[in-house]
Amino acid sequence: MATQTQAQFKQSLKKYYSLYAGGFIAFVILLAIAEQMGLPNRWIGYCFLFATVGLYAMIGIMSRTADVAEYYVAGRRVPAFFNGMATGADWMSAASFIGMAGGLYIQGYDGLAFIMGWTGGYVLVALFLAPYLRKFGQFTIPDFLGERYGGHTARSIGVFAAVLCSFTYVVAQIYGVGLITSRFTGLEFGVGVFVGLGGILVCSFLGGMRAVTWTQVAQYIILIIAYLLPVVWLSVQITHFPIPQLSYGYALEKVTEREKVIKVDPKEIEVRNILKAKATDAEAKLKDPAAAYAADKAAAEKKLADLKAANAAPDQVAAAEKSLTAFPKDVDAAKAQWTKEKGLAARAAPPRPHAEAFVGKDDAARNTARLNFLALVFCLMVGTAALPHILMRYYTTPSVEEARQSVGWSLFFIFLLYFTAPSLAVLVKFDVYTHLVGSSFADLPRWVASWAAVDPTLVSIKDLNGDGIVQLAEIVLGQDIIVLATPEIAGLPYVVSGLVAAGGLAAALSTADGLLLTIANALSHDVYYKMIDPHASTKRRLTIAKMLLLVVAAIAATVASQKPADILFLVSAAFSFAAAAFFPALVLGIFWKRASSWGAVLGMAAGLGITFYYMAMTQPWLRGLFGVTSPVADNMWFGINPISAGVFGVPLGFAVIIIVSLLTPAPDKKTQELIEHVRYPHLRGDIDTRAT
Amino acid sequence: MQLTERHKEYWRRNMKMTAILLAIWFVVTYVVGWYARELNELVIFGFPFGFYMGAQGSLIIYVIMIFYYAIRMNKLDKEYDVAEGEG
Repeated sequence: MATQTQAQFKQSLKKYYSLYAGGFIAFVILLAIAEQMGLPNRWIGYCFLFATVGLYAMIGIMSRTADVAEYYVAGRRVPAFFNGMATGADWMSAASFIGMAGGLYIQGYDGLAFIMGWTGGYVLVALFLAPYLRKFGQFTIPDFLGERYGGHTARSIGVFAAVLCSFTYVVAQIYGVGLITSRFTGLEFGVGVFVGLGGILVCSFLGGMRAVTWTQVAQYIILIIAYLLPVVWLSVQITHFPIPQLSYGYALEKVTEREKVIKVDPKEIEVRNILKAKATDAEAKLKDPAAAYAADKAAAEKKLADLKAANAAPDQVAAAEKSLTAFPKDVDAAKAQWTKEKGLAARAAPPRPHAEAFVGKDDAARNTARLNFLALVFCLMVGTAALPHILMRYYTTPSVEEARQSVGWSLFFIFLLYFTAPSLAVLVKFDVYTHLVGSSFADLPRWVASWAAVDPTLVSIKDLNGDGIVQLAEIVLGQDIIVLATPEIAGLPYVVSGLVAAGGLAAALSTADGLLLTIANALSHDVYYKMIDPHASTKRRLTIAKMLLLVVAAIAATVASQKPADILFLVSAAFSFAAAAFFPALVLGIFWKRASSWGAVLGMAAGLGITFYYMAMTQPWLRGLFGVTSPVADNMWFGINPISAGVFGVPLGFAVIIIVSLLTPAPDKKTQELIEHVRYPHLRGDIDTRAT
Repeated sequence: MQLTERHKEYWRRNMKMTAILLAIWFVVTYVVGWYARELNELVIFGFPFGFYMGAQGSLIIYVIMIFYYAIRMNKLDKEYDVAEGEG
């Protein structure tokens, strides 16, 4: 391979991946035929799981390497186009693939913060980071901090932040892998986690970045086919046009009409009142749980006794007995149940208009919603431009020129999925509002029953007012169901559901791989090689890197198998942390020669610190952890939600770096030269900072 | 190494382009986002405009901006003789 020129290399990559994509489509068609001939669904699930993971394993094994530059940065010869695909897969996680459209379904316009935030951040990557980091050309993001700001302090904070952000994120990915595996194969969740872990490790263990890059390209191809196929099909059925991103306006208009009808429909109001009554009732009971529990239990017992005494019909007695055995065992169990019922109040509201921005009961509430929307967009964008596993990918292109193009391709490939998700949400809403609502409970669509059986949190429909007709307020859809059920709603065979699962798995595996590698590399390269033993041999460095990869993977899988409760919050928090820790120090490091070591160290610490402080004061789980008891409302600044704490951390980080830098001596001549070096793709007689 | 006037001019032009693109990014994201409710009054092909900008419009602009920057910068590199050679 070493004798190949870059152009030949690119040619053969194109050939191999075209063959691969063709082969994969042929595989799906074969399975579709097999399904028609009677292959059971569970086997289709197995086929997808083992075939795709097997494929990734093969690529992983073929890409094994003992070369440091190959291991850390894939030999720096990944063409812009392919690096774009790899970044796309690296970026799009299980949450993007499976959860995003569902989030948009539930939140309407306000969910678009994720769509804009997770794409607009690439503009910052392109303008401020990718080309300069590529010119710098070492192995990790802490590398840049260490080199630019000197000493081990800046590097250490970088390592800490990189591990913090990536670890919470990777736990969520492994959790996603476990969930998908168990849903589609019927394996237990814990087993699913470790099967998935195997899938992750075969991609990265032997070949590091090189293996991860080429499997990520393969994973991107699968995930994008799996995402687009059902949506396009659904779009053709509903709007008679195969480009849903342009044509779902029709469906959106219909949805808006239906929202107005549903809002005033007497049957809907009846169901909403039932829900509201239940919620109010539960709230009252929660005020004095012990008394309410005793009273309820006595009433249930009395009812049974009365029925028996009156010689009531046996089915009535049986029902009363059943409700008594189902009665919560103690006050705590009853409290949990009432707290849940109190939450029904949320469902008692009429549907929120899908396209309406910043919903609130009055102008003040709407303004806070708007502020939070924009703050979240800001944190997600700056966080995107600061997450080490993404920035690292731009070290792998052959040149600065290709690094610039590569950001464009990255966003293009991400964009294909992200600009489809809002249309998918509306198309599914159209189907639910026009077909499911108003249909009879006797003939619910098949997908409802089949997914409720897999996992009742995904979908549940109960006839609350007993009229035999489905009302919107009677339907509860989990976030993930929107993508999972699309193939069935569109009337596609089960094989497409299997394909969607394979796509979700590819999204989770690829992201997990990128993250694991980031953590292991920060520890092996930055901590071990740069700080502990700079004279370590190549062989020893790689051995350490691979060992750490295994250890980190095992820890992450163990945490994931505990099903940590606040995983979603942690993932979103990772963006605020990355934004506050890295973005100001990286950008000023490139664009402001005066930025000094002390400035960067204190700026990073201050940014991280205030972000963490704000979250600890306002986020329920962290408040519990740190024993914060003062009212949340007193601790809020401008009503900003804890998830967007980075909106304070980033400006503070910039301010501290600037002020402290001006108070401390300017960086030495060597650092000044380094900055000039990264600013120009090529200077005659220039220094060379590329790591070997 | 000493930077020449031309090198400095290259950097100034880069900064100017970066600033303009950043301004566009800001307007598309935050100004349009701020007025989303008002822009939603305008409906085109069934799409409230503010909603469509958040869901699709802004994304399309981001993609175009990044490619535009790459193409312009790669040209600028050659013009100012700071482009990398092969490898």
